[in-house]
Amino acid sequence: MSSASLDRGFRRSRYRPPAAKPAATGPKRNPLRYWPQYAAVSPFFLLFAVFGLFPLGFSAWLAFHRWDGISPVTFAGFDQFRFLAADATFRKAVVNTIIIWVMATVPMLIMSLGIASMLNAVKRFKTFYQVVLFLPSVTSVVAIAIFFKAIFNNQVGVVNQVLTGLGLPAVEWLNGYWTIKIVLALLMTWQWVGYNAILYYAGLQAISNEVYEAAKLDGAGALRTFVSITVPLLRPVILFTVVISTIGGLQTFAEPQVMFGSNASINPNSGGPGQAGLTMVLYFYQQAFNNNNYGYGAAIAYAVFAIVAVFALINWRLTARSEK
Amino acid sequence: MAAQKTIATPRGQTAGAPARKGKGVRNAARWAHLPLVLTTLLLLFPFYWTVVMATNTNSDFYLTPPKVVPGTHLLENVSSVLTSINFFGSMANTFIVAASVTALVLFLDSMAAFAFAKYDFPAKNFLFGLMLAFFMVPAQLSTVPQFITMIQIGWVGTLQALIVPAAANAFGIFWMRQYISTAVPDEILDAAVVDGCGFFRQYVLVVLPVIRPGLAFLGIYTFVAAWNDYVWPLIVLINPDMLTLQVALSQLNTTRGTDYAVVMAGALLAIIPLVVVFLVFSKQFVSDSVKGAVR
Repeated sequence: MSSASLDRGFRRSRYRPPAAKPAATGPKRNPLRYWPQYAAVSPFFLLFAVFGLFPLGFSAWLAFHRWDGISPVTFAGFDQFRFLAADATFRKAVVNTIIIWVMATVPMLIMSLGIASMLNAVKRFKTFYQVVLFLPSVTSVVAIAIFFKAIFNNQVGVVNQVLTGLGLPAVEWLNGYWTIKIVLALLMTWQWVGYNAILYYAGLQAISNEVYEAAKLDGAGALRTFVSITVPLLRPVILFTVVISTIGGLQTFAEPQVMFGSNASINPNSGGPGQAGLTMVLYFYQQAFNNNNYGYGAAIAYAVFAIVAVFALINWRLTARSEK
Repeated sequence: MAAQKTIATPRGQTAGAPARKGKGVRNAARWAHLPLVLTTLLLLFPFYWTVVMATNTNSDFYLTPPKVVPGTHLLENVSSVLTSINFFGSMANTFIVAASVTALVLFLDSMAAFAFAKYDFPAKNFLFGLMLAFFMVPAQLSTVPQFITMIQIGWVGTLQALIVPAAANAFGIFWMRQYISTAVPDEILDAAVVDGCGFFRQYVLVVLPVIRPGLAFLGIYTFVAAWNDYVWPLIVLINPDMLTLQVALSQLNTTRGTDYAVVMAGALLAIIPLVVVFLVFSKQFVSDSVKGAVR
């Protein structure tokens, strides 16, 4: 979904129906002539206006007010943002989110690339592997979170049973600052590693074999071919996966919410013991919908948006540059 | 190591020139199965273990060594699930929502995509850009105002609060526009215009029959997303008797949290319908998404 592919799409749509041609080439185009096209795109833009554009403005307005949905609205000025800047819990949530996202995304995308390369190499069972790789991404995140909560349970979890069976000490997975993050990162890796591998596999299939033949003739080894040919040619797909993993990972909500519950944020253990699993969007949810603090919730939502946008841009730049 | 070997010998190269296929190449391709099988086992393990936990009793999990094969207590666990949450009611709600959203998205997105793909009209590029910009805006920015809107129009706790906002989406229009651009030849549209077809008759008579594979992909994608949607239903469905499956499952997890056999039986029941749907359509879905990704 790079800008290049968008341009290509635009250029591709050069078809003009003969009936509309005179109007298109004439000095003035009468928009009314195109009423069927406007009618066709209008449902989306109507919904967009009501559920997209209006809420954006409303959220911005709310961020400068105090409202619990019942008592009268009061003007707050920059108070919500001032409070947010000093809010230690929000800062904790930001740090948690970034740590979990890095722990999940970086190893996952590397693994996905490896899996895709192997899928590209084998000749048999390709469809079977692809179906299995896809399966976790269509499975309900609530069910998966319940499953991970069960297997990493301190007493009855199979992970600890295996560890003690091997003579190793049991780990209190769902109690520690780092172990909670590891479990959440593993969950996200399990769910999305196959999906990303499929995307990379599709990209690998688009690379012409002649490129590899030429590299071989030039005496390039396996590692050199991978670094100098495969990765640069996969750049658009890598860019896409990095950006969607950033946007998705920084908005993690359901995983910690199902595992640790969504008690009001005054609870010191919301998001798990020590709030180690409290993510930005989980904190937003608690403030807005458990505490009915709509104004503060809107301020958090804008802060999350800013953080996600900054990281998506940084990643875009880094990935786009690394190919040179 | 295996990864590096296989990268040097991509599949097509050996397929295109079987005569030159060296011994090392063949071995590398075969060795690549080992990590793939390992990945397969890791990805399938949760499904197997969910079955194990859902078919045993809670006390079985405390045994050393633990039970690693399915037991015989599935029915009693399932009946505990059914007494704890309104399972079939939530499943019916989820089905109504997912089916309605899918039907609406397929119709509205493909029609809008047809206009964007094959027609030029004033402000088209502006509207398309606006749509893509909206695509980038994270959901939680609009969550609070949407909730307040739903309160104002009295839709809180109803299924239309889930269906109407999801009835058309930027992703579907974007994807479908790409699909229609390539899949629908301009010549047959020209022919339809010559035959006197207007925009909507072209859409029904020419475009819809041609884009059926694309609709199948977008349909499965939309259905799965709607079925698994969790955040918005959790917020807007405030009546505990009127939930979707994911919210009901989460409620089961909250109320029977330590009752692992029962909670896992609920998780099993909740994932079975979608896994079956996916497996039935999987071949088509997988090949379409591979094609869609390189587009």
